[in-house]
Amino acid sequence: MIAELGLAALWLCAALAVLQLIGGALAQRRDTASGLAAMVRPAAMLQGLLAGLAFACLLWVFAVTDLSVKLVATNSHSLKPMLFKLSGAWGNHEGSMLLWVTVMALAGGLIAMVEKRLPEKTMQATLAAQGFVAIGFYAFLLISSNPFERLAVAAVEGQGLNPLLQDAGLAFHPPTLYFGYVGLSVAFSFAVGALLTRNVTPEFARVMRPWVLGAWVFLTLGITAGSYWAYYELGWGGWWFWDPVENASLMPWLAATALLHSVSVLAARDALRTWTIMLGVVAFSMSMLGTFLVRSGLLTSVHAFAVDPERGTFILFLLAIYIGGALLLFGLRAGHVREGERFQLTSREGALVFNNVMLSAILGIVLLGTLYPLLTEAFDVRVSVGPPYFNPVGAIFTIPMLLVMAVGPLLRWRRDSIERIKLPIAIVTSIIVSVAVLAALMGDIAVLPLLGLCVAIGLAVASFLPLRGRNLLRVPIATWGMVLAHFGIAVALFGMASDSAFTKERLAALQLGEEVTVGDWRVTLDGVDPVAGPNWTAMEAQVSAWRGSGAPILLLPQSRNFWAPPMQTSESALATQWDGQLYAVIGNRTEDGRWQLRVWWKPFVTFIWYGGLLIALGGALAAIGRVMADLKRRSVRARANSRRTERRAKGFA
Amino acid sequence: MRWTLWVPLALFTFFLGLAAYQLSQPKDDVIVSGMIGKPLPQFSLEPISPDRPGVSTADFQDGTPKLLNIWASWCLPCIAEAPHLERLKEQGVQIIGIAIRDKPEDVARFLNRHGNPYTRIGSDDLSAIQFELGSSGVPETYVIDGDGMIRYQHIGDVRAEHVPMLIQQLEAAR
Repeated sequence: MIAELGLAALWLCAALAVLQLIGGALAQRRDTASGLAAMVRPAAMLQGLLAGLAFACLLWVFAVTDLSVKLVATNSHSLKPMLFKLSGAWGNHEGSMLLWVTVMALAGGLIAMVEKRLPEKTMQATLAAQGFVAIGFYAFLLISSNPFERLAVAAVEGQGLNPLLQDAGLAFHPPTLYFGYVGLSVAFSFAVGALLTRNVTPEFARVMRPWVLGAWVFLTLGITAGSYWAYYELGWGGWWFWDPVENASLMPWLAATALLHSVSVLAARDALRTWTIMLGVVAFSMSMLGTFLVRSGLLTSVHAFAVDPERGTFILFLLAIYIGGALLLFGLRAGHVREGERFQLTSREGALVFNNVMLSAILGIVLLGTLYPLLTEAFDVRVSVGPPYFNPVGAIFTIPMLLVMAVGPLLRWRRDSIERIKLPIAIVTSIIVSVAVLAALMGDIAVLPLLGLCVAIGLAVASFLPLRGRNLLRVPIATWGMVLAHFGIAVALFGMASDSAFTKERLAALQLGEEVTVGDWRVTLDGVDPVAGPNWTAMEAQVSAWRGSGAPILLLPQSRNFWAPPMQTSESALATQWDGQLYAVIGNRTEDGRWQLRVWWKPFVTFIWYGGLLIALGGALAAIGRVMADLKRRSVRARANSRRTERRAKGFA
Repeated sequence: MRWTLWVPLALFTFFLGLAAYQLSQPKDDVIVSGMIGKPLPQFSLEPISPDRPGVSTADFQDGTPKLLNIWASWCLPCIAEAPHLERLKEQGVQIIGIAIRDKPEDVARFLNRHGNPYTRIGSDDLSAIQFELGSSGVPETYVIDGDGMIRYQHIGDVRAEHVPMLIQQLEAAR
C-alpha cells in the first residue's frame, strides 16, 4: 500500500511539473496573473510536498524491509543495521534518482514560496524551466526506473547492499552531492528564466547567489566526504584517483566555483552578464554529464555501481534536450543581453575574471581528460588518463590562479593599482620564497609538492590580509566566509602537498610479534583473531605502533568477509595524530604463516579534509551573510514603503 | 563576435554525437590476456585430487596441444561448463585443470557430482599462476600448443557452441 502511495505521488508530481511548464510558458505570452499562469507557484509548492511524500514512502519500505518491493529485495537485507537500511534507499540507481527529483522538487517549492524579488514573468519562466527539467526525470523514473515496482511473489530475503556502500560516510556522501547538483539545477533554471525574459540584472544575481553558494557548500562537503571514504574504505591509501566518477563530481564544483565568483561580480558591479548566464548553464550541465557518465557505463570506473547502457541512452536524451536546448537559447538570446559595466584589468573584477578563466581552463582540462578515452575508443585505441596528465597540466593553471587569489581580495572594485597593495604582495612573495628555500634545503622534494607547499603557506597568510586594519567585529559575515574559504583552500593544498612529499610506505610479511619501522614509527603485529559483525566475519589484526618513547597506539585493521552478497573488503585502521595519520591494512596470510601488513605514515594528510570542511564552512557563512543582508534590505524597503503609503494616506486625508 | 556564442552548442553537439556513437557500440568488457602468443610462465602446482597428479609447465611441452582450464569448485559457471568439457574429453582432447583457491574435499565433491575431464589438476590457492597467465576470472580456458606456447584464451564458461571452435583451435595449434 505504501509503495503504491509513493508511486501515485510520483505520477501526480509529474502532472504538476507539466502544469508548471505550460503555465509558465503561457505567462510569457499573456498576463502573469491569469488562468494557468497563476497556478505555477502553487503547482511548484505542491510538487515539492508530493515528491517529499514519495521519498518518505521509499524510506518506509526500506525501513520495514518490505521484500515484495523489488528494489528492497535486490538492495536490502533484514539483518542490516537500520542506518544502512535507510541509506540503502538511495544506494542504488532508482532510489538515488528519486532522491534527486525529490530534492529538486523541494527546491522548486521553496523558491515558489519565498522568492518575490524578481519580476513575476522571470519567476514564472524560471519555474517553468524547473518543471521542464523535472518532467524528464519523472519520465525517467516512471518509465524505466520505477523504485516502487512490486515483485509478483515477495522475496524470502533481500540480496543485501554492496558492502563497500555499508558505511556511515557513504550514507551521507550521495545526498550531499545531490543537494549540490540540484542547487545547480535551480541556478540553471534561473539562468534560463533570465535568458527567456532578457532580464539579467544585479537583482537576478542576488536572487541566484544563495542557491549557487548553497550548492557549492554541499558539493564541497560531498566531495570531501567522498574523498575521505575512498581513502579509508578502499584501503589503497590514496585520497583522489582522477577516476571518471570523481571527476564527475569535481567538474560541477569547478564550474560552481567560477559561477559563485562571477555572480558576485554581477551582483556588486553589474558586469559579466552573459558569462554568468553561461556558467549557470555549464554548472548544471556538468552535474548532468556526471550522472550520465556514472550510469551509462560508457567509461569504466571503479565507482560504477549502477551501470546500464539503456539508462545511459535515456539520460543522453535528457542531456540533449536540456543542455542542447539551453545552449541553443544561449546562442539565440545572449547576444540581446545588454553589455554590463566595464572595468579595468587591475581591479577586483579583473582578478575575479582571471580566476574565472583559470577555473574554466582547469574544468576544460578535467573534462578533456575524462572524455579522452571515449574519443580514442572511437578509433579502437584504449587509453586511460591518470595523474601523470591531470596533476601537472592542472597545476599549470591552478598555481597562477592561487597566486592571484592571494592578492585579488585586496584590490578595489572597478579600478586600482598594484602600487597600492605592494606591501602585502611583498609579504606573500617573501613567505613563498623562504618556504621554497627551506623546503629545498630539507631534502629531496618533487617540483609539484614543493610548489604546493610554498603556495599553500603563502596563501594561508594572504587569506587573512583582507582583514588587516579593519574592526573585526564590523567585518560582514560574508567577508569572513570568503576569508575562511580561501584559508581552507590553503589548508587543503598543504595537506595534499605534504602527503605526496613526505608519505612513508611499508609493505611487509610479518610473523606474530615481529616489528617493522615506517618513518619514525615502530610497528608490531601482536596478533590476528577472527571477529564477527552483524552481516560479516573478519580477520582482525592487533597492531601496536610507537613513536619515540610515547605510549603505544593500538590499530585494528580487518579483512572482512560479507556473506550477503559474498564479498571481501579490507577495513583499514587509522590513528590520527595532530601531524598526520598512521594507516594500516591487513592483507592475506602467506603460505609460511606470515601476514601481509601494509603501513603508511602520512604527515598532515588530514589537512586535506579539514581544508574541505573549512571551505564548506566559509561558503555557508557567505550564504548566511548574503541571505541576512538581503532580508535586512527587504525589511528596510518594506518599512520605507509602508512609511510612504502612510504619508500619502495622511496627505490625502 | 556573435559566433562565439554558438561555440558551446557546437562543442556539446560534438560530445552528443560521440557519446551516442559509443552507446550504440557493443560494450566490450572482456579483458584479454597479454600472455597470448607467449610461452607459459614457469610454475609447478601441487595436486589437489588424490587420483590426479599436479601440474607444471613441463607437462605442456610434450608435443601435444592441450586445453588448460582454470576453474574452481565454488564457481557456478564451472558447473555449467562441466558437461561440455566432458564432450571435449570424449573427442580425445587432453584437459589440464588448475583449481583456484580451492580445498581438496570441495574439489572431490565437485568432481564426483559433475564429472572429471582432467588428466591433471594443480592447486593454485593464492591465484598466483592465474594472475601470471593474465586470467581475470573463473572459468577460463586456454589453448596451449605442444611447445607450451599460449595460443588462445576463452573467457567464461565453455558452452556447446564453443566445443567445435576449441577443437579447431587445438588443430590449428598442432
